[in-house]
Amino acid sequence: MGGRLVNNILVVLPHPDDEAFGASGTLAMHIRRGARVTYACLTLGEMGRNMGFPPFANRVTLPQIRKAELEESCRAIGIQDLRLLGFHDKTLEFEDPDVVDGRIGQLMEEIRPDLVITFYPGYAVHPDHDACGAAVVRAVGRLPEAERPAVHCMAFARGCEQALGKPDVVNDIRPYLEQKIAALQAHRSQFRFGSLPGRGRMSESEFADWLGTERFWTYRWPT
Amino acid sequence: MRPIDPGDVQARIDRLKDRDLHLHLEMTTGAYTAHYDQTKHQASVFVTNARVRFSRGSVAGQGPFRVGLKTENGWVYAEGLTHYADEETERLIMAGHDQDGKLVVALQLSPSPF
Repeated sequence: MGGRLVNNILVVLPHPDDEAFGASGTLAMHIRRGARVTYACLTLGEMGRNMGFPPFANRVTLPQIRKAELEESCRAIGIQDLRLLGFHDKTLEFEDPDVVDGRIGQLMEEIRPDLVITFYPGYAVHPDHDACGAAVVRAVGRLPEAERPAVHCMAFARGCEQALGKPDVVNDIRPYLEQKIAALQAHRSQFRFGSLPGRGRMSESEFADWLGTERFWTYRWPT
Repeated sequence: MRPIDPGDVQARIDRLKDRDLHLHLEMTTGAYTAHYDQTKHQASVFVTNARVRFSRGSVAGQGPFRVGLKTENGWVYAEGLTHYADEETERLIMAGHDQDGKLVVALQLSPSPF
């Protein structure tokens, strides 16, 4: 989908900062080409254990701090429409699926996206990531097959390439690194840019390739 | 948040004694611990807005600190507390941060829900 134009994108992710790592460059690219992006962030990441470096947040202040960081990240990427769905961090898998699916279904109806971005259920490590992806897949799956938008999923579980194959959407987002780095830096309570995962384990050029490449797996509907 | 001053924290505990309170109690190893290191056992718990009332409460240790609250039928206990929110007037917000600043444990009390 790197070359194809999309008009309406719906991003559904559970935590502020989930957009920054894996999708911010891709979103900035689509926005530059004229796309409109709605980002439904399911929680405020209020149970995160990072509180800043050194800590400047606490359990009580973290939700509002992360909300402001998310808004800053969205501005950096150019996201036009941010929706905060108000679920509680770590609890998505325990919510009534009808409630979660219903909220996503409403958004689908309102926005009529031609592309949906989420996590690949079962391959996204954090239970909220998996539960979010599963809810999106259920909500999209309710549509008749011909009306379903493409669902591009992020996956990073150990062994995900053995199970899913290579990602079929690989975006070179190096022209959008400025937006991506600004989005990452917006989430200052959550990480320092200088100590992102991978830094230290990779050479500088491997790190630049890692940061400049965003990978998605198009969700494959069971046949 | 600033490093725990046990005298100040004790005074704050005393002000909350024999009152109906909301408790937030939490401990976590982090949501990615096992992803980054498969030898690690990942676990976390939290209880938020449990109702408690304690008749005796104290802070102990040389830092990191422990806090024990004796309730009508049991106890609330936390170890590893390092910081508290000194700007709070009604609530007691305590947490334990590791060397990277990450929250490991939290114990919070408030007359109103969190």
